[in-house]
Amino acid sequence: MMTNTDSRLTQGQFSFLPDLTDEQITAQIKWALAHGWAVSVEYTDDPHPRNTYWEMYGMPMFDLKDPAGILMEINECRKTFPRHYIRVMAFNSERGTESPAMSFLVNRPANEPGFALDRQETSGRTQRYSIRSYATDKPENERY
Amino acid sequence: MTDNFNGIELDFDSPVDLQSVYDDSNVQEVLNRLDHELIGLKPVKTRINEVAALLLVDRLRQQMNLSASMPSMHMSFTGNPGTGKTTVAMRMAEILHRLDYVRQGHLVAVTRDDLVGQYIGHTAPKTKEVIKKAMGGVLFIDEAYYLYKPENERDYGAESIEILLQVMENQRNDLVVILAGYKDRMDRFFHSNPGMSSRIAHHIDFPNYSPEELLAISKLMLAESNYRLSSEAEAVFIDYIKIRMQKPHFANARSMRNALDRARLRQANRLFQSRHSKLTGADLITIEAEDLLVSRLFSEDNEDENAESV
Repeated sequence: MMTNTDSRLTQGQFSFLPDLTDEQITAQIKWALAHGWAVSVEYTDDPHPRNTYWEMYGMPMFDLKDPAGILMEINECRKTFPRHYIRVMAFNSERGTESPAMSFLVNRPANEPGFALDRQETSGRTQRYSIRSYATDKPENERY
Repeated sequence: MTDNFNGIELDFDSPVDLQSVYDDSNVQEVLNRLDHELIGLKPVKTRINEVAALLLVDRLRQQMNLSASMPSMHMSFTGNPGTGKTTVAMRMAEILHRLDYVRQGHLVAVTRDDLVGQYIGHTAPKTKEVIKKAMGGVLFIDEAYYLYKPENERDYGAESIEILLQVMENQRNDLVVILAGYKDRMDRFFHSNPGMSSRIAHHIDFPNYSPEELLAISKLMLAESNYRLSSEAEAVFIDYIKIRMQKPHFANARSMRNALDRARLRQANRLFQSRHSKLTGADLITIEAEDLLVSRLFSEDNEDENAESV
């Protein structure tokens, strides 16, 4: 996008910062676990901002006490999908909230082509705009 | 005098304060409690003290910049039923936490059912889920020998063992595994899984209790639930213990708990029968000799010897 000159995907927390190290990821997960949120690992190769539901990696992880288990899962996922976007999500199941409380990227492809802005002429002189990831021109699993 | 020891600057004469490290860890409190609340189990307590000493000295070495590689803390608890394996495992988690060996200090107790799946591809995720839950604490596998069933070569237990071994080796500082089971079966289990045996640093054997120890344990159990034995009842109970020990299916402290539960039942019945006379608070908390003497164990013709409800 225009304001993002590196064309690095900016979704979720910390996405304008340099990539988090494993220690930093561990510290964030610790925070989530301390709140009693269920942490899960998700991946996708379609980074469109409206693509909210990513694929979950492995089984959901409830009742964990220590971040080591989640870091293990993150590393497994990185090994399986080295060129996908991977994010860690913490779900707050508290009544009244019941939604993700945290979400941050832990893996991104080496080369991120960014998004195209599509313009469409419609009735009158109205313009409709949409954005589209350059990567999604290719079929799934061949995008990065 | 500062000297060079294997490339490390080490002040050979500087005093080290083991006492303060010991005090800081608050481990004494847990060890005292262990000593106080668990009757007998001498070899177990000695071993736990040794482990605590090792970890404390390691911490001190770390302060002196000496290499202190994480020692392996995986354990196997063997012993007859009711000798306190699970109870000690719970304490172990707390001790290791106080000594900073594990980060969270919780105990996840599982059996074969929690680890082994029912169809192909079910076992690995199941085992991993349990391992992830136990990370930062202690994974206690009760009756671990059931994991390996040599008579069925398609049993998924082997797959579970393989995953466990990998984690026990590679993520030693994330997880402590304690295997527990009866001595003879665990010996056979280790014999057929030498990899498992060699990754376990501490093989601890739980001895059987003596009649006196069993009486002391029983009194503790009663005190916890606000009961007491009358002095006659105590004399009867020690006889009961001695007879019960000779019977099959004797399960040490567990048998004592069952016997006491039955005595409480009889005591309640006795009080109920005499509800027309005046009862006092002392009646409510005291177990009398007659509550124990009704036990079938004391009648001569004991027909059903195998019954646990004697």
